[in-house]
Amino acid sequence: MYIKVNKDLCSGCEACLQSCPYDAIVMKDGKAEITELCQLCRACLSVCPEGAISEVKEAADLKETDQGKGVWVFAEQRDGKIAGVSLELLGAGKGLAEKLGTELAAVLFGGTADDAQELIRWGAEKVFHCNEPLLSTFNDEPYASLLSKLIVEQKPEIVLTGATPIGRSFFPRVAARLRAGLTADCTSLEIDNETKNLLQIRPAFGGNIMATIFCPHARPQMATVRPRVMKKGEYDASRKGEVVAVSAKGITSRTRVVETVKEIAETAINLQDANVIVAGGRGMGGDKGFQLLRELAEVLGASVAASRAAVDEGWIPYRHQVGQTGKTVGPKLYIACGISGAVQHLVGMQSSDIIIAINKNPEAPIFSVATFGIVGDVHEIVPLLTKKIKDLKG
Amino acid sequence: MRIVVCIKQVPDSAEVRINPETNTLIRDGVPTIINPYDVHALEAGLQIREKTGGKVTVLTMGPPQAETALREALAMGADEAVLLTDRAFAGSDTWATAYTLSKAIEHIGADVILCGKQAIDGDTAQVGPEIAEFMDIPHISYIRKIVDVSTDRLLVQRLMDDGFDVIESSPPVLLTVVRELNVPRMPSLKGKMAAKKAEIKKMSAADIKADENDLGLKGSPTQVRNIFAPEAKTDRKILEGTAEEKIDTLVKELVGLKCI
Repeated sequence: MYIKVNKDLCSGCEACLQSCPYDAIVMKDGKAEITELCQLCRACLSVCPEGAISEVKEAADLKETDQGKGVWVFAEQRDGKIAGVSLELLGAGKGLAEKLGTELAAVLFGGTADDAQELIRWGAEKVFHCNEPLLSTFNDEPYASLLSKLIVEQKPEIVLTGATPIGRSFFPRVAARLRAGLTADCTSLEIDNETKNLLQIRPAFGGNIMATIFCPHARPQMATVRPRVMKKGEYDASRKGEVVAVSAKGITSRTRVVETVKEIAETAINLQDANVIVAGGRGMGGDKGFQLLRELAEVLGASVAASRAAVDEGWIPYRHQVGQTGKTVGPKLYIACGISGAVQHLVGMQSSDIIIAINKNPEAPIFSVATFGIVGDVHEIVPLLTKKIKDLKG
Repeated sequence: MRIVVCIKQVPDSAEVRINPETNTLIRDGVPTIINPYDVHALEAGLQIREKTGGKVTVLTMGPPQAETALREALAMGADEAVLLTDRAFAGSDTWATAYTLSKAIEHIGADVILCGKQAIDGDTAQVGPEIAEFMDIPHISYIRKIVDVSTDRLLVQRLMDDGFDVIESSPPVLLTVVRELNVPRMPSLKGKMAAKKAEIKKMSAADIKADENDLGLKGSPTQVRNIFAPEAKTDRKILEGTAEEKIDTLVKELVGLKCI
């Protein structure tokens, strides 16, 4: 494919120049021209008032595709605990499988026979389970090799997993090996009614922009999906399904996991599973400010989080950081205190159900995503709120 | 030790916005930077060189302007810079990008390859592990500490959600790094001067003997269908009154919503 300007239609208005993220459009003799900098992003197509810019398909774009069959969810386990996002994906995967008229299967490496049954109760019709010791602890190479082997044998059309450290590390190897398309960190998945392609929607540029990605030819269509954006399916204790035992014969690894270390003190509060989060930013002013937040968190049974500014100041460890370079959270209630709301922070928390923003600057961008905004001094407001809730709870 | 550091020139993402009416990127004067994670990868490469000796090659794939990023890396202390640039690379997704970089790295030769965890424009974190797969070498992601590195052994800590894993491997290996790994050095004045004059090696699709069917848009399994602005919330309420009154209203609302 390439992008072409129809010089007869081009009026020389220059509207397309600004639309190009790569500076790949220049004016030549009063007409727009696409240069070799073009990355084929299509951003210019819709801006031309004359409709002079179009994409030109080449023969290679029109290959036939063997669709494959089945929607798969790779169910991640660590220390024998199935990740919440895997259950969310069984919920989302069921919807996709129904639309495609195909089956929903889960893949489980490590874990027990009961874990496999649990995946069935959460919606899987079939579970491919390998319980050999080599696979019990996450390790990129054996995970990638065995999943690739299974995919080649079974030919699923869609393979999903959570956008967790595990999924985001080994899925790319599988995609590279199979020449499959892989979209990272999706927040929404749909099926195109016409082509039956999987439409994978994800944020880019730190969440400033959403993009819809699709794989016109390659199969399977693979995606990692952000935790806590999909809804879990219906749990049915009586649901029955098939468990297929998978052998790890011939699978090897050139990396060895020597030890798995838990940092309990810092991670006792798992932000991604929290229902209520109290978060602080630069406006908290220091350790003392964060003490106020801890008191509020205590009366609410909440976890404490922070913006990058507060983490950079050393007021709270990195693990508490929410945002583009930290965690993405989606609690029922998110209380942002003294956080201005840089877009890098907003992308990590804007899917929270209810957001309360407390900030002394009425222009702070955090108010644009807040359900309730309070303009005021956090050092006054936070203790008042703590006291009020304490009184209420008696 | 032959060390290759992959870097990417990215727009300073905080400043890239979308025009909601035309659904196009607004990038008036958006400055470009070296992807922040890649700066930590480069620092790690320089530290490995200081320990084991050898050479640090910094590699990027991009348009000719990406030379700026390479010169910054040279100023920090890289020995050599390679710019992979060719019209044939246009439209590459992570698969095609990783394939192209892997061919270049095979051409350059490497024992340790370092990448940032992800780039801040695409945020995919896929290119590093994919390069390793194409080269048929192991990779370890999210390195937060390099405990030991030598020609026959590597011991590192991989950051996970609930702590970290200690992982052992040996070169050739690819590592992707997180910011906790190190504090990148500032370029010296001497380094800056030298970087200005340094030669940037250019490589094309032909130079790296890449298969043209695996390059650019043709080699990319994924395609962007469209881009759009994220939805904004509309049900906002700024609470009025004295501090006490605001808190009263807030708590009432929260009780009403069964949040408390």
